[in-house]
Amino acid sequence: MVPLNYYLALSAFVFAIGVIGVIIRRNLIVILLSLELMLNAVNLTFIAISRSLGSMDGQVIVFFVMTVAAAEAVVGLAIIISLFRKRQSLDPQEMQLLRW
Amino acid sequence: MIVEIGIVVAKVLLVLIMVLNLAGIMGWVERKGSALIQDRIGANRASILGFAGLGLINTMVADPIKFLTKEDFVPPRGDRVLHTLAPCLALFPTLVLFAVIPFGDVLEIGGRTINLQVAPNINIGILYIFAMSSLSVYGIVIGAWASNNKFSLLGGVRGSAQMISYEIAMGLSVMGIVMIYETLELQEIVRGQGSLLWGWLPAWGVVLQPVAFLLFFTTAVAESKRIPFDQPEAESELVAGFHTEYSGAKFLMFFTAEFAEMVTAAAIITTLFFGGWQVPYLMRDGFHFPGGAILLLPHLAIVLLQVGVFVFKVFFFCWLFILIRWTLPRFRYDQVMRLGWKMLLPLALANVMVTAIWIIVLGT
Amino acid sequence: MSIELLIFFILAVFLIASSLLVIFQRNPVHSALALVAALFIMAVLFLTQEAPMVAVLQIFVYAGAIMVLFLFVIMLLNPSMPEKGHWIWWGSGSLGAALLAVELISLFLPVHGTKPLGAEVGENFGSPKLLAEILFKEFVLPFEIASILLLVALIGAVVLAKR
Repeated sequence: MVPLNYYLALSAFVFAIGVIGVIIRRNLIVILLSLELMLNAVNLTFIAISRSLGSMDGQVIVFFVMTVAAAEAVVGLAIIISLFRKRQSLDPQEMQLLRW
Repeated sequence: MIVEIGIVVAKVLLVLIMVLNLAGIMGWVERKGSALIQDRIGANRASILGFAGLGLINTMVADPIKFLTKEDFVPPRGDRVLHTLAPCLALFPTLVLFAVIPFGDVLEIGGRTINLQVAPNINIGILYIFAMSSLSVYGIVIGAWASNNKFSLLGGVRGSAQMISYEIAMGLSVMGIVMIYETLELQEIVRGQGSLLWGWLPAWGVVLQPVAFLLFFTTAVAESKRIPFDQPEAESELVAGFHTEYSGAKFLMFFTAEFAEMVTAAAIITTLFFGGWQVPYLMRDGFHFPGGAILLLPHLAIVLLQVGVFVFKVFFFCWLFILIRWTLPRFRYDQVMRLGWKMLLPLALANVMVTAIWIIVLGT
Repeated sequence: MSIELLIFFILAVFLIASSLLVIFQRNPVHSALALVAALFIMAVLFLTQEAPMVAVLQIFVYAGAIMVLFLFVIMLLNPSMPEKGHWIWWGSGSLGAALLAVELISLFLPVHGTKPLGAEVGENFGSPKLLAEILFKEFVLPFEIASILLLVALIGAVVLAKR
């Protein structure tokens, strides 16, 4: 029986890796990918705690997190596509002005 | 413990060998079958020690040798890692899919009851099939991208769009079957097809859900990228589509992946709609004919009969796929998309609704 | 070391390796594929925690649909510019994230008292039947709102990405 703490520690590690990805990468798509990594780490936390408490609520929450992550990825990618068409670049440093 | 691991390993090996051999045999059947349809002789030049009589064995030995001894290259500006990874991504889901397909009822040996399914008692049976078949898009997309070739890219884009469109109709068409047999596990669905309607008609899926069978058959042909849904590989339009820049062992893997996918699709169709390993009127101890006659058989004979019937049905559907391939012309890309979204999807939804109303009204 | 612990450690090592590959690869296609591998390993981890339905949904929805969408967009935009390195940025970012990791892990992994908290669960736990019952009885309102949310996201994405 794997202790709950191991799962939580693993999920925290992956979450921190996702945070590094969002901060240090300068490519909008890779930032979105790291965001998905963070969401998945949180999913793992929910599932582990749901198993250890014996309640299905955690899995239902994961279901909804997946749905919202799908919607968010879709809209985020659409935004990236229209940004790319305007600026011809995927570097967030070049998109500092609110109007151009 | 060791015995149980040994049993699982034996089942896995049996399934893998069966699928890969069937894929190889299908390669030969396709060439000879197409030759039969087109009134020519087909592949008959391979010979062992000058003896060219055993067509099948000769071709099954010669084809892999031919592929494996070819030069293995990566296109100049293509991505080396992805180019090598793509055939593996194409082959992996189709082989792994067989883990939930039951090829027989239980086998009782030495006091042990072995369920003839590689992974028994998974409560998500059918969903596993859809999950793995949604992974097979990656082989095409990555293969097309890594080739750095406009024709490959075009074939890859068309192929992946086609595959993700037909996945939806495929999933929905199976919902009717799930509603009728009230379970997601494939072994239970096959066992449920052993019951008799009105005392004489076996309750196979095709009897209870003919529309779903046609829908699933069409989407299975589309998912394995065979003619008439041949756009990804369109041989006369796109050179060779997404596997233009592949030769040697990598092309062998794509080739095997396509035939293994055909075998897997045939296996799923027989499991869901044609009774899987069920022989009509064969119960656990023998034949129980509706007239009242009973024919008792030993257990091993029954198991062999069931596994043999399963392989025969899979073979029949593979032959049907090959027949359709060499008879029909290829759809245009916009026709493929229109069929998937505007015709098959509403039909699948209507099927689910009609089945639901039927079940509520009849209470069966 | 029981077999479950061994499997968990193997999966954890692979998960961390693919997550590091996600953020440290130059080519975004490689990052996306590494994320697909990470999602797959996550699904196997879900399976070890008695959540087969969520695991299959993860592969079906996340690895099978969302990541294909990511790959399409990456191939459409075809970014070919390598990023310039900014050492101060990278250094401080990594430092901050490392601090976060250390804090969280020290919170979750106490030196003493790693007693497994496993509650007894029925054999239906995590099955589609139970998940569906709860979704359609207690959580039916969020379920319907989620479907409307998906419709809104779909329309929004089509409008945003049109020329």
